[in-house]
Amino acid sequence: MKKRIIVIGGGVAGMQTALRLAEQGVEPVIVEKEPELGGKLRGWHVLFPSFTPAEEVLTALRRRINESGIEVRTSAEVVELASRSVRLSDGSTLEGDAVVVATGFTLFDASIKEEYGYGIYDNVFTSVDIERMLNEGRVAKADGTAPRRIAFLHCVGSRDEKVCQQHCSKVCCITGVKQAMEMKKLFPEADVFNFYMDIRMFGPGYEEMYREAQQKYNIHFVRGRISEASPTIDGRVQIKAEDTLTGRPLRMSVDMLVLLVGMRANDDNAVLAAGAGLNRAPSGFLAPRDLFLGNVCSNVGGIFYAGTVTAPKNIGETLNEGTAAADAAARYVEA
Amino acid sequence: MAAIHFGYTISKPRAIDLDRNNLRKSDEILREMPELQTCIGCGACTAICTAGNLTEFNFRKVHTLVRRGEYQGAYEEMNKCMLCGKCRLVCPRGINTRGVVMLIKRKLGDF
Repeated sequence: MKKRIIVIGGGVAGMQTALRLAEQGVEPVIVEKEPELGGKLRGWHVLFPSFTPAEEVLTALRRRINESGIEVRTSAEVVELASRSVRLSDGSTLEGDAVVVATGFTLFDASIKEEYGYGIYDNVFTSVDIERMLNEGRVAKADGTAPRRIAFLHCVGSRDEKVCQQHCSKVCCITGVKQAMEMKKLFPEADVFNFYMDIRMFGPGYEEMYREAQQKYNIHFVRGRISEASPTIDGRVQIKAEDTLTGRPLRMSVDMLVLLVGMRANDDNAVLAAGAGLNRAPSGFLAPRDLFLGNVCSNVGGIFYAGTVTAPKNIGETLNEGTAAADAAARYVEA
Repeated sequence: MAAIHFGYTISKPRAIDLDRNNLRKSDEILREMPELQTCIGCGACTAICTAGNLTEFNFRKVHTLVRRGEYQGAYEEMNKCMLCGKCRLVCPRGINTRGVVMLIKRKLGDF
């Protein structure tokens, strides 16, 4: 009889894990809390650095899941897990021979950083709002008009002890560069400013993209963290920062302020970890057994990790981890 | 009646105000030399600069201020440059830094 592995989460990581498990001759079952597969990527427009439509990646993964006849349980939330079973919110239990946790991350709620006025001032947006507007084909100020000046703020909910998020979310820098370029393509007359603490271009083609944003798209990069945003009388947003490279305070008003929100650990990581005896990192993400040879394994036999449940990652890395976690889990159940 | 001067003064605001600064010259400079925008502020130019080691001259800071529309004193500052070109040899972005000095002097000679 085929071994059965429960994959928790039907985002990019979970789908890739399930596909690879099926290839290995193991029977995967995906448990997804939302009504459909796809996870966070469903809300994204195009992916850095190639501007590949997110839909292209999702459609291919979903199609292959369908073709492989993989069992998918949607609208099913896992409330407790062990290495051979998971308990769902409806009280039922699902049995298997191993579990791969691919539950992803939670987006930082920008309204917590009250000083930036998200949810208070009309023209303050998050990077996720921009992706949604790009998908809807209509990016504009709150009053529907085109912006002339746009500011992006990096590291909102990342590298910030004040909101208990000390880690770097890693992908927001390149997202900021990508969205700044998209804004410049949509509004060539607009001035775009990116306020950053450090620019971390970790992936292939990212640094090149950053340079292109600077040289070809005339995007202004100002090293300094915006301290506060306030409304102007005409509904714009005034921002203050230090231009640290000149050592002078800087202020300006903009038509749109975009907050590049970070990835934080899911709240239910704590509950799941406590129930199964899993280790968590200080950031709240689940901690792999070790960061090198066991980076898709947990400290509990039979429980594996794929994707951003252990740390912020991009789509490519997440796909790789899905494959790696599936291989490790398949080896475990066949042993 | 003239106001009585009690000897108190108010300092000029130090903030760079991008709503007030006229960025026309800065835009012109960047249009002629878009590569200047690729500066990542590493400071290698300033570290190797002979003028900067003997005077207050800081090439990185001056061109950054010019890009923000802060032109006051930039021409005089750039006059401290001896055009030796060592900064260009060390720039990791390959910016023609000596060209930047000449361009800023040409554009801002009347400031």
